[in-house]
Amino acid sequence: MTRSDARAPYGAGPLDSPLLPLADDALVLSHRLGEWAGHAPVLEEELALANIALDLLGHARALYSELGDEDELAYLREERAFRNCQLVEQANGDFARTMIRQLFFSAYQELLYTQLAALGHPLATKAVKECEYHRDHAEHWTLRLGDGTEESHARAQRATDSLWRFTGELFLPLGPGGPGGTPELDGPDLVGAVDWDALRRSWTDRVTGVLDAATLTVPTTEQHGAWAAGAGRQGLHTEPFGRMLAEMQHLHRSHPGASW
Amino acid sequence: MGPHLTIEPNDRSVGSAAAAAGKGVEMTSVLLGEGAHVAGSQADQLAAFDSAIAADERIEPRDWMPDDYRKTLVRQMAQHAHSEIIGMQPEANWITRAPSLRRKAILMAKVQDEAGHGLYLYSAAETLGTSREELLDKLHSGRQKYSSIFNYPTLTWADVGAIGWLVDGAAITNQVPICRCSYGPYARAMIRICKEESFHQRQGFELLLALSKGTEEQHAMAQDAVDRWWWPSLMMFGPPDDESAHSARSMGWKIKRHSNDELRQRFVDICVPQAEALGLTLPDPDLSWNEEREHWDFGPIDWEEFRQVLQGNGPCNEERISRRRQAHEEGAWVREAAAAYAAKKATKDHLPRDGGVRDGDKAEATVSAR
Repeated sequence: MTRSDARAPYGAGPLDSPLLPLADDALVLSHRLGEWAGHAPVLEEELALANIALDLLGHARALYSELGDEDELAYLREERAFRNCQLVEQANGDFARTMIRQLFFSAYQELLYTQLAALGHPLATKAVKECEYHRDHAEHWTLRLGDGTEESHARAQRATDSLWRFTGELFLPLGPGGPGGTPELDGPDLVGAVDWDALRRSWTDRVTGVLDAATLTVPTTEQHGAWAAGAGRQGLHTEPFGRMLAEMQHLHRSHPGASW
Repeated sequence: MGPHLTIEPNDRSVGSAAAAAGKGVEMTSVLLGEGAHVAGSQADQLAAFDSAIAADERIEPRDWMPDDYRKTLVRQMAQHAHSEIIGMQPEANWITRAPSLRRKAILMAKVQDEAGHGLYLYSAAETLGTSREELLDKLHSGRQKYSSIFNYPTLTWADVGAIGWLVDGAAITNQVPICRCSYGPYARAMIRICKEESFHQRQGFELLLALSKGTEEQHAMAQDAVDRWWWPSLMMFGPPDDESAHSARSMGWKIKRHSNDELRQRFVDICVPQAEALGLTLPDPDLSWNEEREHWDFGPIDWEEFRQVLQGNGPCNEERISRRRQAHEEGAWVREAAAAYAAKKATKDHLPRDGGVRDGDKAEATVSAR
């Protein structure tokens, strides 16, 4: 892939692979979790958040390598060419917001990767165990925060209500027929074979079960924004994402062609 | 992530007197209240302690030890633990800007290792009866120090490499002898820490090598970082031997094994050929090989800068400690929530409620209705 390809928001090739949104999800969430380094609420969480961030970065790198050059894909695309869901790009906010975001995403990633693993995708097979740990960690914190103190409950509820509208996007099919891909893919189209309705049902059961156990109220509001143009899977992101990318990419882009 | 250090209770007592005293610390403090009879037993305990030190045996948490030995260890381990967690800041400063995904992963893992070292060391200090909360409070209130090196800023990406090569290199030189420290839990924590630090040191070297052999701008970036970090790294070994407040006693107790100046010399001797391999210059015109001593001579260190930074006038003292305090304060509600939740779980009259959490978690997820 050449650099100009990497910058193009749309086109044939790796940018249309249904694996790209999965790689972008993992990279972007890893980056956000990395922002916590050095100021987590307790030392054990420095270790846990970094661990999750490293696992996700590992997923992203493995997926990017299937599609092309990992650094070109991460550092030389502009905002509109990223296909991550909007959920993962949301700013960390307080620890409750970070953990609710983690709960929503890791429950999704675990279920999706479980299906991909069943279809024989080697990365998913390896990653699914890590996803399970991430989801377990987020569930425990959701319980502690939701059913902890009045303040933690209020913060966890606020985070839940605020992030809910980003969850609908998770269940848009990736691959042929979905917004993330085309039928002209190389190799078996594993993502196209995912049962997205089952994924949504399982996710909803799991997440509402945890919220309920944590004494949090499951929002009844829309899971999608009202913007007809779409969301992250179509390369449409929220404002904080551009600033995140600017920070992530600036050094790499300041030295074109350099090796690190 | 490495597994947490486990502090295992060790039943081996030092000498016959300590064995007779049975359960070490608590028993000793009881005995100490009992007047003349006790003076004799304390003398026995001290003799047993001294002979254990002389025989290079390890002192374990339940063994009797002099109060000053305990205090010295707590002070040193606390300062070391604080350095690990404050030291996360200058490097975390570059996680979001790391120029390749490989470097990003390496840096994140490194900063995570430092948090892990902080945990080992706070745990090791806990074996001496000092809680992590107490030590953090002393850090936040300025009553305990951390290594002054972390009061210098990381201005460019190359600083991440310079910290790995020089700062971690100096730390290893300081810390390898502590693996043989007389206090068991500290020595064992240091063995693990030194393994990870030497990995970090090699990664730092490799990062600088890539820059040094890269573009002209990258090479200049690497040289600039080495220019700024070289002298502060030499200061990491502490003041010259004749001015070092605690050295002699710590060496007597085998908490410390080599003098500050010996270790500093060892570090310089290691770095000179490595700098050459990197194609970078160490910023000291007086560096020269001394045939007679078979060591590298080096120029005078600016101890006034060292004192200034130690006293709080370094470029980042204020930022580092404020950020640490802020993180702690902002995390208070999270820690309170975890404690409140744990207390609720421990309450017997909990009303079970099926939260739809997987079976293995049900016991833990069972919570009362609010």
